[in-house]
Parts: sequence; structure tokens; C-alpha cells
Amino acid sequence: MRVPRGVGELPLPGPATALSALLVLVLVAWLAVPGLFTGYDPLVGDSAEVFLAPSVAHPFGTDHLGRDVLARVIHGTTQTALTAGLAVLVGLALGTAIGLASSTLGPWADAISMRVIDALIALPAFMVALFVVAAYGAGPVSLGVGVGIGSIVLFARVTRAEVLRVRALDYVEASKLAGAGYFRQLFGHILPGASGALIALAVVDFGAAVLAVSALGYLGFGTPPPTPEWGLIIAEGRNYLANAWWMTSLPGTFVLLVVVALGVLGRYLGKATRA
Amino acid sequence: MLRYLASRAGQALVVLWITYTIVFVLIQTLPSDPVTIFLASDAGADQELIDRVSALYGYDRPWFEQYALQLGNLLRGEFGFSLSTGQSVLERIGSVVGSTLALASTGLLLSVLIAIAISAVAFLVDSPRLRAIIVAAPSLFSSIPVFWLGIVVLQVFSFQLRILSLFPDGSLLSLLIPALVLAIPVSAPIAQVLLTGVEQASELAFVKTARAKGARPMRVFWHHVFRSSLGATTAVIGTTLGVLIAGSVITETVFARPGLGSVLLRAVIAQDVPLVQGLVFLTTLVVVVAALVVDLITPLLDPRVLRSVGTRGVSRLGA
Repeated sequence: MRVPRGVGELPLPGPATALSALLVLVLVAWLAVPGLFTGYDPLVGDSAEVFLAPSVAHPFGTDHLGRDVLARVIHGTTQTALTAGLAVLVGLALGTAIGLASSTLGPWADAISMRVIDALIALPAFMVALFVVAAYGAGPVSLGVGVGIGSIVLFARVTRAEVLRVRALDYVEASKLAGAGYFRQLFGHILPGASGALIALAVVDFGAAVLAVSALGYLGFGTPPPTPEWGLIIAEGRNYLANAWWMTSLPGTFVLLVVVALGVLGRYLGKATRA
Repeated sequence: MLRYLASRAGQALVVLWITYTIVFVLIQTLPSDPVTIFLASDAGADQELIDRVSALYGYDRPWFEQYALQLGNLLRGEFGFSLSTGQSVLERIGSVVGSTLALASTGLLLSVLIAIAISAVAFLVDSPRLRAIIVAAPSLFSSIPVFWLGIVVLQVFSFQLRILSLFPDGSLLSLLIPALVLAIPVSAPIAQVLLTGVEQASELAFVKTARAKGARPMRVFWHHVFRSSLGATTAVIGTTLGVLIAGSVITETVFARPGLGSVLLRAVIAQDVPLVQGLVFLTTLVVVVAALVVDLITPLLDPRVLRSVGTRGVSRLGA
């Protein structure tokens, strides 16, 4: 029996989706083998090459220490992507748990979960992230967890809605009548059926997490310098606005493109799973 | 109506109580208490000082006593005391909150104007290609890093054009430009709702009638399309307050404006947990009250809402 609306059957992507997928693939490559894409050291600069404007040798220019800004962005992918990935994992794990509890454990669990979801909606996500950083100290782990708490609500609501939809499908009803237990139904039928929507949401949420992580990194709550991280790279250029516009503008444009690409890709996957 | 009002207010109180509980649980998961964390970075702090301050803040008591004590304080309108300065949370932000409110309210106003402009243009434009570009604007706006946009704007207006001072000088421009930066991401969800309204309204009978009668397009937009999506727009404005708060804090940092942002960030750096906790409660209270107000005025703006949902609540906290 075929799992309906899985990610197995995607419609033909448009040019925007194809470009977005390409950018995400580049990111994955940068994450895996950053050294392959740049010959420059992200930490040690050349003092003879400070504040060089963008050129063929340095597409994003160089910074106040003579470091290649593109090299820092490429190597910075690791910090930013892993922290954002942690945030998505936290949101996905806790959100799916709340969503499953509310939709499969009966009316009481549903009522309590919905109240918790209401409360999580009311808590400003940014404030919660800062609260976690204040309590546990700055660093990528507390940053990832703090940002992730903000996306629990999204995953919980989508899980709940998807489970209610999938559970009403004939083959799930049939397996129930055939005597499948709670966990067999859950892991064998309901979760696979809901996975398409959750994957699409995770992609969009990853983009939002990149935005939040780099904002908090900009404020200085992520990894300490000189480790490259996208928000931190932009923050370092702040003091040189007058003479080195490329230090902030180019990494920032890049972050913007990444977030847009993840949004386009996530919406494409979402449409594909709803089609 | 009175029953509806009471049930919504009751729901809001339950929400506040659960948020308090969630934050309390988060603090209980800390390996030590907030006072130890705060004083640990201070070389001169000995155990006796830590114990004294802990006793003062009540962190030496069992968790259920702390839970009741802090909840009681919140009910009396006390949001806690800063560990760095000993001031109450309200005292701490009292002198600067006006600046944040000015920025946030100007930003919200501008974001509504931007959203209306986007949807009006989308309604009036005939070329499908141009409309596709306009309709894509909100998702682009919500992907822009606010801190980066602020830096770029600062670069252009302060360094290139030299019409904005690097530090706020009290001029109208030094309020409007940061507010505009803040308004860009905030306008995205509002514009999305208005655009949906435009799409749906174009199919509604009364809009078709108005058009067929030869009413001017702008008039049709204001009197029919805009009015019919007013309820949904108000609802989404309630939910954008979280984004507005985050955006205000970041914008204040970029433009070196005093306000909630500087107090909050200094508190986070100093690991002043009680102060940050108090600010979390305070902003949550603002969000919940705003959602309540939105739920109460939505039926007034759009009577169809109340008729269709009865007293069950228009939206769960505007969501």
C-alpha cells in the first residue's frame, strides 16, 4: 500500500526552486568540506592585505585583519548551520511529542496540550531564546536550544493537524480494525503519513532558525570570535562601515539569499505534500 | 457578548499562568540557582554572600514555596528584582521604555502602511507579471536579517548621504529611519493576510457588483476589499507583536538607541536571570493583553466573525 502525499512524488520544480536547491546543495558541500572551496585561512589573515575591496581573488573582499571574508562565510557555515540544525531538532522533537500527545492520547491530553500550545504562542520566541542564553550562558548549544523552543508551537500544530488527517484515511482505519496496537499504528502508518508536511516545515523552519541564530550571533551570544559564524562576521564589519562596506553587505546578502532559498524550497515541498 | 468577554479573559489568565509555569520549570532545570550563576563570574563572591542573596530572593526555599511566592508577586504586579542593580524590573525599564514604545509603535504604523500599499498595488495592477513580483515581496521581507538591513541603512544614510547622525539626536528622522527598518519584517505577515483578502475579495459578489457599477478601483479597494479583510488584519497584527519586540530590541542595538534593548542585552550578558525573567513575563503580558483586545474588537470590525463562531472564541490568542 502506498503512503499518500509522501515526498516521493514531487511535481516539476520551477526555476526559483531549482536555484534554491542548488544553493542549499552548495551549503551542504561547504558544511562537509569547507577547505575544498577556499584556499584562504578563515582565522589568520595577511597583514599586507587588509581592507581589500571585492576582486576576483577575494570575491567578498578582505577584513580588518586581512582575512578573506568569503573564506570566513564558507567556514562559518558549520557554526551557523549546526546551531540552526539543533534549533530545528529541538522544535521538531518537542513539537511532534506535544502534537502526538494531543491528537492520540484522548481528550484530556488534547485539552492540556492545546493550553500549553496557547502559552507557547504567547511567549515571544526571541525573549525565550535570550532567557535561555542568560540562564545557561552564551554559546552555540544554549543558542540552538533557546531558538528551538520558539518553533515547538509550529511543529506541534502541524503534527496535530496531520495526525488527525492521516488517522481518518482508510488504510489507517483498516490497520486499526485489523488489530494493530497504538505504537504499530503510530510508527507504521500515522507518522510516515505525516512526515511529508513535517519535513517541509522543518526546511522552512531551518531558514527561520538561520535568521534567528545569526541575529543572536550578531548580538554576541553565539560562538566567541575569532571562530567564524555568519552573524558574528556581519557584527565584525560594523566598525568599518565607512571604509569597508563589503564586510557587512556581502555576508548579509548571502544570509538573506539562504533564508529565501530555504523558504522557497520548504514551500515547494509543502505544496508537493499537499498536492 | 458579556459571556464571550469573560471567557476570553479567563482563557488569557490561564495562558499567563502556564507561561509562568514553563519559565519556572526552565529555571528549575538549571544546574544551580540564578544567584550562584550571577555571582560565579565575580571573583570576590564567597559562599556567605551567595547564601545571603539567595535567601533575599527566596532561592533557598523548596521549589513549591518558590513557585507560590513568585506567582504571588506576579499577581501583585511585581515582576522581580535585578541582581545587578537591585532595582525592580519596572524601575529598571521605566526610564527607557518610552523610547522603545515610540520606536515600536511608529514601526507598527509604518508596517501597516507598507502592507496596505503592497496589497493596494497588487489589487490595482493589471499586469500578471508585475503582480507576481509584488505578491512575492512579503516572503522576501520576512527573510531579511533586520540587523543587517539596519547596518546597510546606517551606511547609506549616515556615511554616504550624511543626513542621519550615527547616534540618535532626537530628530524625527532618527526615529523614522530605524522604525522603517523595523517595519519591513513586521509588515510581511500583515501584507500576506491583506493579499489573501485581496484575492478572496475579488471573487466576492459585492466587490464584483461595485466594479460592475463602475466604481473607481481605489474606491473599491478601500470600501470593499480593505474593509472585508479588516478583521483578519487586526488579528494578525496581534500575533506580530513578538516579531515587533524582537525587531525593536535588534534595531535599538544597531542604531545605538537607549531602550528595552540595551537593558535586556546588558542583563543577558551579566546573566541577570531574574531581570531577564521579569522582562519575559512583561512582554508576554503585553502579547496576551494585545491578543485579548484584538479578539474583543474583531467582532466590532467584522460582524461576520462573531456570527460564525459564536461565543467559542474568535481565534485562539489571535492565532
